[in-house]
Amino acid sequence: MSKSIQSVQCEHLDKMDIVWDRPDTLIDVPMHYCPGCGHSVVHRLIMEVVQELNIQDITIGVAPVGCSVFSYNYMDVDMQEAAHGRATAVATGIKRVLPDKIIYSYQGDGDLAAIGTAETIHTINRGENIVMIFVNNGIYGMTGGQMAPTTLKGSVTSTTPTGRDLSIHGHPLNIAEMIAILPGAYYVTRQAVNSAKTVRKTKKALLRGFKNQIDGKGGVSFIEVVSNCPSGWKMTPLQSNKWLDDNMLGTYPLGDIKVPEKIA
Amino acid sequence: MAKLHGHVTINIENCKGCELCTDACPQNSLNMSKNINKKGYHYAILVEENCTGCTNCALVCPEAVMTVYRENKNRIIKPAPMASIDSKNISVSIS
Repeated sequence: MSKSIQSVQCEHLDKMDIVWDRPDTLIDVPMHYCPGCGHSVVHRLIMEVVQELNIQDITIGVAPVGCSVFSYNYMDVDMQEAAHGRATAVATGIKRVLPDKIIYSYQGDGDLAAIGTAETIHTINRGENIVMIFVNNGIYGMTGGQMAPTTLKGSVTSTTPTGRDLSIHGHPLNIAEMIAILPGAYYVTRQAVNSAKTVRKTKKALLRGFKNQIDGKGGVSFIEVVSNCPSGWKMTPLQSNKWLDDNMLGTYPLGDIKVPEKIA
Repeated sequence: MAKLHGHVTINIENCKGCELCTDACPQNSLNMSKNINKKGYHYAILVEENCTGCTNCALVCPEAVMTVYRENKNRIIKPAPMASIDSKNISVSIS
């Protein structure tokens, strides 16, 4: 044992500045997610952005079906649960009835890219002024690790025990690239939450998306977040983040896919 | 290079022992405890005094159990007035 297991105490905390604390907009309850899950990080980042922009009173979120179905238990803003895949359709209705409110939809890959593909594409095609957050972990986490449309080639899941075969199961679906060609998409980006560096970038992207909506830019701000699923991938959280870096980012490269032109 | 001094306090009962913070810490200040919390997880603890308050651990923590403190060298701590002028609670203001 080289390291002691005693925790270090500090007696000068009152003389130090708090540089990071849990956002007040995140309800102080333990989350139901598995240890190391990226959903919790994305929840926290959205709530940090809501707190920074001071829009807690006018923000309405739309929760999906999937692992993040209980996200209204953690986010201290008005939330609406939608039917499976229909979060963006519900968000459209809320935004049209209450145009002064800030609307975001939060969906996983089973919700947005599988059952809700039609709603996703048509919401973006209509150019609704909302923020769409898409958490892509390449697997159906809640139902027990089945293959999703976003599952990588060769990935072993409970419904593809010999790995995903492209000739039988088709190709991984790159939703962000697909919707970026639609004129209704204003800002399309893909980020990740597997390290401190990528978390910082994801927060900037979310901040930009919400600012676009506040400024009324007229178009969907689509933020895809590549996340991990330690339980579905049958890995420890550290292994899953490493695997994400090595495998997921080859199929889903990070960065801005569609950036609005700067107005001179 | 000016050495920054920081500190982390951890809400150990909410920690799920995912070890992401120990990997994200550039100073290797964090480690997992040998003890377990009420949920049965080995929680994260600060084991070294070399924390710089970089907030990397807090950024990757899924449960947001961290509170990060950092020493501010620029903060001027005004000395308390030596004595008040009289007993009517008039404090001395140093301009």
